[in-house]
Amino acid sequence: MSDTLPIRAPEDIVLVRTAVRKAAIAAKLGLVDQTKLVTAASEIARNTLDYGKGGDVIIERVQAAKAGIRLTFQDQGPGIPNLDLALTDGWTSGSGMGLGLSGTRRLMDEFDLASKPGEGTTVIITKWSR
Amino acid sequence: MDHIPILRMGEFLLITVQVDMHDRLAIGLQDDLTEQIVRFNSRGVLIDISSLDVVDSFIGRMLGNIAAMSRVLDAQTVVVGMQPAVAITLVELGLSLPGIRTALNVERGMEILREETSHSLIEIIDESSEDAGVEEVL
Repeated sequence: MSDTLPIRAPEDIVLVRTAVRKAAIAAKLGLVDQTKLVTAASEIARNTLDYGKGGDVIIERVQAAKAGIRLTFQDQGPGIPNLDLALTDGWTSGSGMGLGLSGTRRLMDEFDLASKPGEGTTVIITKWSR
Repeated sequence: MDHIPILRMGEFLLITVQVDMHDRLAIGLQDDLTEQIVRFNSRGVLIDISSLDVVDSFIGRMLGNIAAMSRVLDAQTVVVGMQPAVAITLVELGLSLPGIRTALNVERGMEILREETSHSLIEIIDESSEDAGVEEVL
């Protein structure tokens, strides 16, 4: 069960939040975990838009020992030259506060970041139900 | 909907954010609010976010900007009604909303605004009559 949404305009971020919330409720995540997942989705979607020049997100229901939601954000933007730096709290290459990636990692159970300069960035985040 | 409504109540402005804020809406609110503070000589701004089930760093930054802009225009800002799940998420995200006064609900928020803006009132009362009942007036 998966769903792909485009991230091409600021309004799309609101649609991503709504879709992720729906998926989180369906996977029976608690309210706090729902909120963490939706907030994380919002942060990464904004990165996809602002730094990746747009892309899309795949929303998947995953099942291991427990149910969970996995989000895969992909863009074909300029990529991230220095991943360690990008994951540092407070560091930003833009005008934000530099919390998007590092903060999102704290909110999630699993966090994967892959990027190649010139080819784009993929961020995969997962939240499991408790 | 293109604007978040701003209500005037005496010397305060009240904003209840009831929709999931997209970026343009948030930036529009900053413009509208600063304009109204100046237009009505407002002393305080109360922002009710009890309907918001997500506050990400963008919205957090917008709230911080509003508080800073209001302060420069001599108005205090109080953000009220944050949902517990939102508070937990914000702190874990690393966003503790520095520079923003918060209160649990509208009532407590109004109390803070009245206290914060009462100092100048006391001075005026003191000048106008010797034993004015400050507490009654306030």
